[in-house]
Amino acid sequence: KEMYQSLDFSPPSLSFPRESLKLHSRTENSSKAAFLDHSETLWMRSAAAWRDGGLTGLLNEITNSHPEVPKWLSMSSGCILALLQWVSSFHGSLFPHLTLSSEDMIAEFSQVLNWSDCVVRAFAWHPHTDKFAVALLDDSIKIYNPKSATTPTLKHRLQRNVAVVQWKPLCASALAVGCQNCLLVWHVDPCSLSTRPSAGCAHVLSHPGHAPVTSIAWSPSGSLLVSASPMDTAMMVWDVAAESCVPLQRVGGGGVTFLSWSPDGSHVLASTPSALFRVWETRMWTCERWPCIKGRCQSGCWSPDGSRLLFTVQDEAVIYSLTFTNTPGPHAAVVVADLSETTFSTPDGDIIVGGEIQSLAWDPRGERLAVLLKGDPRAADRSPIIAVFKTRVSPIFELLPCGFVQGEPGAEPRLMQFHPNFRHGALLTVCWSSGRITHVPFYFLSASIPRLGLSGSPTLPHVQERPADFANQSLFTEFIS
Amino acid sequence: MFSAEQGCWFIRKVICWRAAASIAWAVLLLPPSTAIFVILSKFSVLHPIQTISVIPTIACSKIALFGQLLHPRQLVNSLVHCIMGMIVAWCSAVTIGFRYETLGHPCAQTDGYHQMCLNEYHLILLLGGAFVGFSHSLLGVIHNMNYVSFHTVQQYKYLRFKGCLPLVVKCSATQALYSVRNFIVVYYFLGYIPRTWICKTLNLHLGSSAHPLDSIAGLLDLSLLYHLWISATFLLFTWYITLLLFRIFLTEGYSFPVQSSFTEDADHCLPKVLTEKQPMILKFLALQDLALLSQHSPLRRCEVFSLSQPGGHPHNWNAISKECLSLLADLTQRLVAYHDTVATNGRAKSLSSGSERKTSSETSGTEDFMSPRPTALMKTPASVFTRSIAGGQQSPLTAPFTPDLDSPFMSPALRRLAAPVEQGSPWYGTVQSPHIMRRVPKLWSTSTDSQVNGSSPPSPASVPSDKQEPSKPSFLAQFLQNRREQVKNFLAKRVLIVYLFNKLPEASSQALFADSQAHIWALEGLSYLVQASFSEDQFGVVQTTLPSILSCMLVLQEAVDRHFKLPHASSKPVRSTSSMGDSTYKTLRFALRATLKTAIYRITTTFGDHLNAVQLSAEHRKRLQQFLEYKE
Repeated sequence: KEMYQSLDFSPPSLSFPRESLKLHSRTENSSKAAFLDHSETLWMRSAAAWRDGGLTGLLNEITNSHPEVPKWLSMSSGCILALLQWVSSFHGSLFPHLTLSSEDMIAEFSQVLNWSDCVVRAFAWHPHTDKFAVALLDDSIKIYNPKSATTPTLKHRLQRNVAVVQWKPLCASALAVGCQNCLLVWHVDPCSLSTRPSAGCAHVLSHPGHAPVTSIAWSPSGSLLVSASPMDTAMMVWDVAAESCVPLQRVGGGGVTFLSWSPDGSHVLASTPSALFRVWETRMWTCERWPCIKGRCQSGCWSPDGSRLLFTVQDEAVIYSLTFTNTPGPHAAVVVADLSETTFSTPDGDIIVGGEIQSLAWDPRGERLAVLLKGDPRAADRSPIIAVFKTRVSPIFELLPCGFVQGEPGAEPRLMQFHPNFRHGALLTVCWSSGRITHVPFYFLSASIPRLGLSGSPTLPHVQERPADFANQSLFTEFIS
Repeated sequence: MFSAEQGCWFIRKVICWRAAASIAWAVLLLPPSTAIFVILSKFSVLHPIQTISVIPTIACSKIALFGQLLHPRQLVNSLVHCIMGMIVAWCSAVTIGFRYETLGHPCAQTDGYHQMCLNEYHLILLLGGAFVGFSHSLLGVIHNMNYVSFHTVQQYKYLRFKGCLPLVVKCSATQALYSVRNFIVVYYFLGYIPRTWICKTLNLHLGSSAHPLDSIAGLLDLSLLYHLWISATFLLFTWYITLLLFRIFLTEGYSFPVQSSFTEDADHCLPKVLTEKQPMILKFLALQDLALLSQHSPLRRCEVFSLSQPGGHPHNWNAISKECLSLLADLTQRLVAYHDTVATNGRAKSLSSGSERKTSSETSGTEDFMSPRPTALMKTPASVFTRSIAGGQQSPLTAPFTPDLDSPFMSPALRRLAAPVEQGSPWYGTVQSPHIMRRVPKLWSTSTDSQVNGSSPPSPASVPSDKQEPSKPSFLAQFLQNRREQVKNFLAKRVLIVYLFNKLPEASSQALFADSQAHIWALEGLSYLVQASFSEDQFGVVQTTLPSILSCMLVLQEAVDRHFKLPHASSKPVRSTSSMGDSTYKTLRFALRATLKTAIYRITTTFGDHLNAVQLSAEHRKRLQQFLEYKE
């Protein structure tokens, strides 16, 4: 059922077996525990604790070194520590995600399905060429270029638990990487023959309290980079070359989880861990606040002209749509597709498809929409699957079911992305749970840019027409200037 | 004895006249005194507009930094800061009340008399305020506090202010902590001097009851330390808030009209304002507006591409593109000149090490000190509002990089390079060629300034051999020459001198790109306009300038690439996040490099293969091909 055909352009179909990766069993943040450090004085240890762990570390150190400090000091620091923990637990009860470890947090908010168990943790096509970057479970990033024999491998001391990678537009070399502790921007010289660029090619961008980074987005003009962390209520706007950042802070939400910059550069979607997301306009950087009725905004994607935003909400099996026009006033989000469970009869037997949505991807021409459905991990016959829709943006928005993408038996889709400039239609790249990366082409004549000399699209195996449920649920917006 | 009548007579006849005369004189003297007052009031040492600058002043060596710190204006500035700090400290002392309220207090002496004693708590608060003010003014110079950087992101003023407020609080609290610590150390050692002086002048007595405060026991008063810190924080907070508000208001974007239908408004239009040299801030705001309009507003772009109504000339586009291109060409020229100076120096070093190994080994390690690079302070325009940027033959924008020709540590090579070359001279037009520059060995010993004038053009053959002194100078001159050489060598060996005169790494690179925010906006404005012209330019206005835009950018790209190959140019400065001083000028060169590449890619990505139809030199075409294939 896998629709894979090769034409003149054939990007490499890769496979990363889990066994081939050298996984490190790194549990501690540092190798400190391997050394004996008890000969140090209390002052030295306190200073080290202050440096490594801040106030909590210092208080912990004082509380634990019982015989050396006066009793009143250890008692009072223990009390302060308990008070701090109580306050933070209260804060955590307001925003439950703050109690997660950073790895769990990335897994929770990542666009990748089941991120912590994934061999390929992040994937990014270069916006102008046919090269792509793959982040793997062993914290390395490989860059594949069909025109070059070398595949550079990027490794850095700070590059741990890569959540997202993205190439800088209008640039050949810059790759931004969001990971557990910081943001890295690699400069991979496309002409270099080196397979292991040194750590000097990476710029580390970090801001106190802004980690782990779960989502990043370059502006389409390539001048700015925004990054988001669920731990930080501020969204960072970076001028990467100058290494300066502007925090954009708004009250409410308790963090920022997912970012998406519209292709025309005018808006940025920023979702929070709460039932609230914001849409920033990028000229004066003001935002509209969109409270959701149910869960948080899980995923979103923009139409090529930036006028329409499709998004999904956690625990709901529908796709919402928002339009952005120049007329101010309250808009409402409209449900454009209902993906609740449906049974399809196929030659192999009935299959049940539908349910919650993990991520959305819209091809750069706005003609195919891929939806990664989570499935149900408890039911054997309801594995994750990618549903594909035909879409049209203008003159009126249309969304028609088109087909499904399934992998080899046992392989589940984890991550998907459209090629940014595939000439014969759309090319969907899917990363599977088996560690394979395959490319699924959709050949069609673009409605907006008619091309001659190409035959029609191949017939798709599962094309089931299904009337979409245009329920009149709507969300309301408040305007905040 | 005078009777009453007699007195009346005297008053009427004499005193009245005298009074009238005095009043008349007073009236007569009024205009001059008013004039003096007007002059004095116009003489504004502390005018914020004169001290705030959009171009940072970068000291290239320690001595230059000391020069900045000891500049008379800076001294006055520090003094005023001290006084203001003292006033604020007095206010806070009065507000705190309690034991800090007054300078003197009545105290009973042993013999029962009531005397006024000195209240040292009040005094220490006042001195603390003065100290914090002084250290603030010093730090202001070191951290370039008067530099105003423009934000990468446009935001409304209130939101920007709100976003920066936590940083201001944090900065003032930490800096107050450090200042108070330093103040306490100073007071511990030197505190008795102001105390005795105050006691003497105000005739106060030292109280005998409490500890004197310049002892350890006196200073370990937690409540005193807290009050010192909190009043210092208050003082710094007010200053930082003022600074922050001033920066926010100053850098707010201003929308200039692109064209006006009324002739009297023509001076306020963007194409006209862009070419203005006078206040730098105006030029910066105009360039910022250009970058924003090219990116965000199709309507205003349309006006840029429009033709003039009678005549049909693209005046707007021509003026804008010409100004941007001249800015970029200027930077290119500056980079090439700098690179050539450095390259000459490098070559001279290798020559001298070959022939005169013995002498060079003695002076090795001081090469930097002796280098013909300008060791004096790179002069960047001190104030945007007063200094003009361009004038006459020497372009003003190169002015920040023009070395100080009167510096005693200046080699003739640089002098010749910096001097305007005359038309007839053989150096004309070739002065930037590294080949000719390289032939001149290290020119410390040959200060033949005649080359500068070009009056006696040296034959190419004589140039390489000028170690043997082409024309024998007199014995006396040679003797003086040797003496001078010896003095220099002697000085060069002193550690302190070397410390003071040694160049700070990468400072010259920073100085070179000090005003690059203007170039960044010019690049962005040009590239966005060219991109938009692909679909919006109805009359093909941009087509005519496209070759010159492309070649200008490519030449600049080459110069920037070469510059980043120099040592220290590509080393990243340490980021300091918790300071009110703006350090973005340290990374401007990286921002410029990135913007330049993005700008070229923006044009190549938009036009694609159509660029093959553009007239370019073969070398540039090759370079452009690299961009088209995404290999840069």
